Amino acid sequence: MTLSVTLGHSFGGFTLDVAFEAPPGVTVLFGRSGCGKTTVVNAVAGLLRPQRGRIMLDDQRLLDTNARVAVPPHRRRIGYVFQDARLFPHMTVRQNLSYGRWFARRGNGPDIGHIVDLLGIGPLLTRRPGLLSGGERQRVAIGRAILSNPRLLLMDEPLAALDEGRKAEILPYLERLRDGLGLPILYVSHSVAEVARLATTVILLDGGRVRAAGPAACVLSDPQAAPLFGLREAGAILTARVTAREADGLVRLDCQAGTLWLPDAPAAPGNSVRLRVLAQDVMLALTRPEEISALNVLAGTVQEVIPGAGHDALVRLRVGDDALLARITARSAGALALAPGRPVFAVLKSVAVAPESMGA
Amino acid sequence: MTDWLSPDEWRAVALSLRVSSVATLVSLPFGILTALALARGRFPGHGLLNGLVHLPLILPPVVTGYLLLLTFGRKGYVGQFLDQWFGIVFAFRWTGAALAAGIMGFPLMVRAIRLAIEAVDPKLEQAASTLGASRLWVFLTVTLPLILPGIVAGAILAFAKAMGEFGATITFVSNIPGQTQTLPSAIYAFLQVPGGETQAARLVLIAIAVAMAALLLSEWVSRSIARRIAGA
Repeated sequence: MTLSVTLGHSFGGFTLDVAFEAPPGVTVLFGRSGCGKTTVVNAVAGLLRPQRGRIMLDDQRLLDTNARVAVPPHRRRIGYVFQDARLFPHMTVRQNLSYGRWFARRGNGPDIGHIVDLLGIGPLLTRRPGLLSGGERQRVAIGRAILSNPRLLLMDEPLAALDEGRKAEILPYLERLRDGLGLPILYVSHSVAEVARLATTVILLDGGRVRAAGPAACVLSDPQAAPLFGLREAGAILTARVTAREADGLVRLDCQAGTLWLPDAPAAPGNSVRLRVLAQDVMLALTRPEEISALNVLAGTVQEVIPGAGHDALVRLRVGDDALLARITARSAGALALAPGRPVFAVLKSVAVAPESMGA
Repeated sequence: MTDWLSPDEWRAVALSLRVSSVATLVSLPFGILTALALARGRFPGHGLLNGLVHLPLILPPVVTGYLLLLTFGRKGYVGQFLDQWFGIVFAFRWTGAALAAGIMGFPLMVRAIRLAIEAVDPKLEQAASTLGASRLWVFLTVTLPLILPGIVAGAILAFAKAMGEFGATITFVSNIPGQTQTLPSAIYAFLQVPGGETQAARLVLIAIAVAMAALLLSEWVSRSIARRIAGA
């Protein structure tokens, strides 16, 4: 199931002009507030009629302003999880969950018991939404959307209204959805941590336009895109496999580029994890550093050096098949004569990979 | 009860109850539609419709009654049309009293329902549409249950107003015992006759009781529905 979107819409002095494709998996629409993310998602859902555009879900035409085609929202079979859960206050949790099911065509929709287990909302079924916590409400909203048997799931910053604790509570459920249901998801976010954890594909929006689009690891390690993520948040994603838990408590992970040791990992040996390495936590050396306290050193080659606005520079490295981003000073870049093709060693302090940015 | 009230008095009370019930039930669908149009509609003449609905609240009732007589009387355009094509006659019948009562209560009903509709978050309706509900289903399963307290409150207010309606009724359909003599008309009639005060007083007590009961009921019903919705 692939979604392809072309939209043009002007409102209040703001012009949105985007075109992108969302392949199966989680496609994250990333951008600052006010860059047009919600407008795009509302147009896909049919809640907003853009001035110009064409939206296709596989070969079904949902919107084509040239041909005056606009499928109404209730016929699109697109689930929508809103930032504010929007549960129906006059119904119990169970009735909320079955609401969409009732309108869905009879057939092999997801099993209600399975979804209830997956989201851990069994104990809430007889309650009313007014008495649920923010995190519980959002889980019910996700379940309600999935149970309407959609062909595509839209999520508009489903975690934005929640505090860190609640976010941590819901993220694992979202990962299970991504990996377990095979339902394509278009996910709006302005949190790099969520992108790093969930995204298969990233569409980077800025000022109503697409600035970068592609597989998550590529876009996140694209130095050109780094300023849009914010320099502090810029970084790369490495996929690694947990291979062993060693005697001193460190966890050994193998990735394309070599071996890493981390103080903790949320997964048992044998599982794959996504690691996020912030650009500012990577140091570069021309020779393999000896007698150094950092455990994690990866060998790679420089791919690109992008001078920053100030005194810094972003260096994109190729380590195995993965990309890594390092933020260093412009002076160091000159002193080390960093240029494409130069072999370097990237030094990652083992604490550089924070547990909350690792996906299980 | 029948011993306590004379047949004439009893007829007036029964007629008032019938007139008010019919007036309320028949105007309810129109009230909901009008409230929807006023709360959600964007169309030319929005302000005009709003004014028209509220007119009976502000006009002297005798003016409303006279206008009804002009339009729905035997010689009025609408009256003639309804008589010829449907055999419905309003002038000097209890149906006319119901029409007058319905129109006088209409602004109160529409106001209550409109406030309830404006309090419904349209985002909930959007959510329902993304779950596969067509506009009609959204209205029936989300909007209607959420505005139910407003509808009940509006209906009870309109009923109470209809029970007390006097000016427009007596102008439009006169004061015929057993035909168009409602509770207030009967009280008025008794007060015109020397020695009628006792009879009038009994009816006055009934009027007070009915009005009070309607208000308390309206309060209780909308509160219990609101509590159910809030989920407490």
